[in-house]
Amino acid sequence: MAKRIDISDLSIYYGAFKAVEDVTMSVPPRSVTAFIGPSGCGKSTVLRTLNRMHEVIPGARVEGKVLLDGQDLYGSGVDPVAVRRTIGMVFQRPNPFPTMTIRDNVVAGLRLNGVRDKKRLDEITEQSLRGANLWNEVKDRLDKPGAGLSGGQQQRLCIARAIAVSPEVLLMDEPCSALDPISTLAIEDLINDLKTRFTIVIVTHNMQQAARVSDQTAFFNLAATGKPGKLVEMDSTSTIFNNPSLKATEDYISGRFG
Amino acid sequence: MSPPTSGPAVAGPSFPGDPVTGELASSAPGPFGPGAEGGRRGQGRLGDRLFGGAALGSGLTVVLLVTLIGVFLVSQALPALARNQANFFTSTEWVVSGDSPRFGIARLLWVTVLSSLMALAIAVPLGMAVALFLTQYAPRWLARPAAGAVDLLAAVPSIVFGLWGLRVLGPLTGGTQDFLRDHLGFIPLFSAGSVSSTTTIFLAGIVLAIMILPIITALSRDVFNQTPTTHKEAALALGATRWEMIRTAVLPFGKPGVISASMLGLGRALGETVAVMMLVSSLPAGSAWSWSLFGGGETFASKIALGAGEFDTPEKTGAYIAAGLVLFVLTFIVNAIARVVIERRKAFTE
Repeated sequence: MAKRIDISDLSIYYGAFKAVEDVTMSVPPRSVTAFIGPSGCGKSTVLRTLNRMHEVIPGARVEGKVLLDGQDLYGSGVDPVAVRRTIGMVFQRPNPFPTMTIRDNVVAGLRLNGVRDKKRLDEITEQSLRGANLWNEVKDRLDKPGAGLSGGQQQRLCIARAIAVSPEVLLMDEPCSALDPISTLAIEDLINDLKTRFTIVIVTHNMQQAARVSDQTAFFNLAATGKPGKLVEMDSTSTIFNNPSLKATEDYISGRFG
Repeated sequence: MSPPTSGPAVAGPSFPGDPVTGELASSAPGPFGPGAEGGRRGQGRLGDRLFGGAALGSGLTVVLLVTLIGVFLVSQALPALARNQANFFTSTEWVVSGDSPRFGIARLLWVTVLSSLMALAIAVPLGMAVALFLTQYAPRWLARPAAGAVDLLAAVPSIVFGLWGLRVLGPLTGGTQDFLRDHLGFIPLFSAGSVSSTTTIFLAGIVLAIMILPIITALSRDVFNQTPTTHKEAALALGATRWEMIRTAVLPFGKPGVISASMLGLGRALGETVAVMMLVSSLPAGSAWSWSLFGGGETFASKIALGAGEFDTPEKTGAYIAAGLVLFVLTFIVNAIARVVIERRKAFTE
């Protein structure tokens, strides 16, 4: 199920503005990769190119390659809609569909894929909610609105919704930044469980979080405001945090800048 | 990203009193007096009180006005209703002069409701489609002028719509009306009527639809535009196509707004006078009852306007005012239904 991602010479533009320059990296399957770096360095932008979500902004385009198990996501004839069905995404703010019940939120993606079988939908609802460590909290109120849950529960509901369609890769864009420490811990535990089944890429501003959950860490930075963001260094998380090869990385990790 | 504004905020029919009193209650002085904070806060509180008072006053004025209009209608209608020899609700007669007037609103009610519902049936899907095109599909250079053009439609006076309907649309839709009558005539709604195709309820329905299209489009456009980006991205990230994104994120979010827009449109259609008066043929007294769209008749509003010449005694006028009272109550009910529908959705809109 999980697949590897290989990015080569990726540059990202918004109109004439070059937001990210020459990113090359590999993400092995069934692992957690964290993107860290100061605000505006392009880490979220890179994340969003991995499922072609950046394209919803008019004028956005990319150069370079993003390969999912060797298949180019930007090859001609590749439908962004199909890409997003294999690469799930969880956002910064929990965004369950407010008019839908908890159950409908979980199976929203399956419904888009045309699954109508009630029994199958119920099975996947339970599986996904269990997978997102939310089942015990909501099993008695599946028909209540998803917006009625707490922030942390909503975020786990969004994760359940993302994994319900059995994606190859799960992208998380600062999934805990709007949550309290306890909910954050719940999500981090969940990430640890999920990496046995999915390839996970997570953007985070919280370096302890990167250190806790990820197997490898990529540090992004930009030379100056208005310049494109770049991948500075990528290595195993323990190397990045204990023994980085570049001074800039060490400065950022130790809080001396950024 | 701005917090998602809920639909009902822009949604139309509301009693201005509620939010006003709510605001006032929350701005009432708390347990901590202004003392220690000094003069600046004291001024702020005076401002609060002035604004709160002004807002409350405006709210009460509107409620008072509506109440007074209701009282006026009832007090003027009652004497005439007391003299009425026919059943006011079921009779199709309309004789208001003489010692034993016989009048009823059955036909007026049917023509009013039929023409307005037909207008709604056309204008709501069309208005939503236009609003979705403007907010979700049209490139920016096209969206603005196109939205402006729709708004311009609202500036066209009723009388012009009446003339246009009579001279242009009537002849144009004659064929369609004949076709519907010939092929669906077995349904009472499409049975043959007694008037020419340029003066039917059907034609009025189309013209009314065009007249209420701008308001439905403009309000729907506003709510669709407010769909939070996070909802839209949630749908897109699940692999929704643009239409699926609209179905899962934009339409549910906009639903309460579209409902209240429709009710505002319906309110306008129910009360529209001049265009209907010009377009729809009156029926001679004693004509047989007809369910058909291809018949003539009068709506409440056009009946009252056409009867203005008869307002010479309180008794005669009272009969028309009684009809006006029913129209008043009808629009009230329409608004109440809209409120109920919107309230019921509230639990699901944050």
